[in-house]
Amino acid sequence: MGETITFWVLAVVSVSAALGLIFSRRAVYCALMLGVVMLSLAVLYAVQDAPFLAAVQIIVYTGAVMMLFLFVLMLVGVDSSDSLVETIRGQRFWAVIVGLGFAALVALGVGNVVFAPSTGLGAVNAAGNVPSLAELIFTRYVFAFEVTSALLITAALGAMVLAHRERLEQRASQRELSRERFVKYGEEGLDPSPLPGPGTYARANAIDMPALLPDGKISKLSVNRYIARYEAEEGTIDPKVAEILEGDGK
Amino acid sequence: MTTHYLVLSALLFAIGGIGVLVRRNAIVVFMCVELMLNACNLAFVTFARQHGNIDGQVIAFFVMIVAAAEVVIGLAIIVTIFRTRRSASVDDASLLKY
Repeated sequence: MGETITFWVLAVVSVSAALGLIFSRRAVYCALMLGVVMLSLAVLYAVQDAPFLAAVQIIVYTGAVMMLFLFVLMLVGVDSSDSLVETIRGQRFWAVIVGLGFAALVALGVGNVVFAPSTGLGAVNAAGNVPSLAELIFTRYVFAFEVTSALLITAALGAMVLAHRERLEQRASQRELSRERFVKYGEEGLDPSPLPGPGTYARANAIDMPALLPDGKISKLSVNRYIARYEAEEGTIDPKVAEILEGDGK
Repeated sequence: MTTHYLVLSALLFAIGGIGVLVRRNAIVVFMCVELMLNACNLAFVTFARQHGNIDGQVIAFFVMIVAAAEVVIGLAIIVTIFRTRRSASVDDASLLKY
């Protein structure tokens, strides 16, 4: 009874999360939906006498693989959403038709089979799930296990080779950067020194406080434009700063 | 109960397949492939219990390992393509088309 309830709850959750994976436009939501599916599958494994696989599912999939997906999403750009242009006409429609047809085919095929009452893993798991799995992996499947290690090493090396990038030209030294700044100063009149920081006073030193020039006027370069615009909208702007910016506008 | 699990597995597999066909973002296509692999694992685990034979769980374990390796390589390829072409859409990498 408990298994039935667990199954139905998790089946609804995982199928709706899988649908969300298809339908949500933003890639990060897709990743989170996939995480939900993986977690519910982990619980389903645990229910089906596979506690080791449930743990591995959580550690490998929701831990490592999802982290990798999110990491690459951050690299590639979180905003990279799908284009709605169909390259092949009618492809979406036919893809959905084929997918639904496939689901119906397999579901009906499976539904028509009459299974004998489940044997259960009680006898096999008598010594514990992990020891019995270990016995199989290190006897009958030991060669596959060794090959797996080679595969993992190859994958790690391949990822490093693919993601590695050689620097094509030498990095500019400080001397060259400084030279470039002064060439720009000569040609375009750009100030080679960094912009002045915000004012530091006895009672306030925040980014919204403009710095003062030696004659007591406000340095226009130190005014943060975004904050000034916000303050102008709110009506809390310092009249002196407003005056400076007004003069700039004219 | 076995039938229920298998139908759920088939549904998840079909949804993953539709996703691979419909979506254009390479990373999301990859996620859908992962979903299909997970659905297959569910079928393996279900059959293992049905037949009282733990081999299915071992195979599911190997599938997980291969899926992890595949994700690493696939995402590295996506990052490399993104670096050169500034796009993660599967439609844009079409130099071999004609």
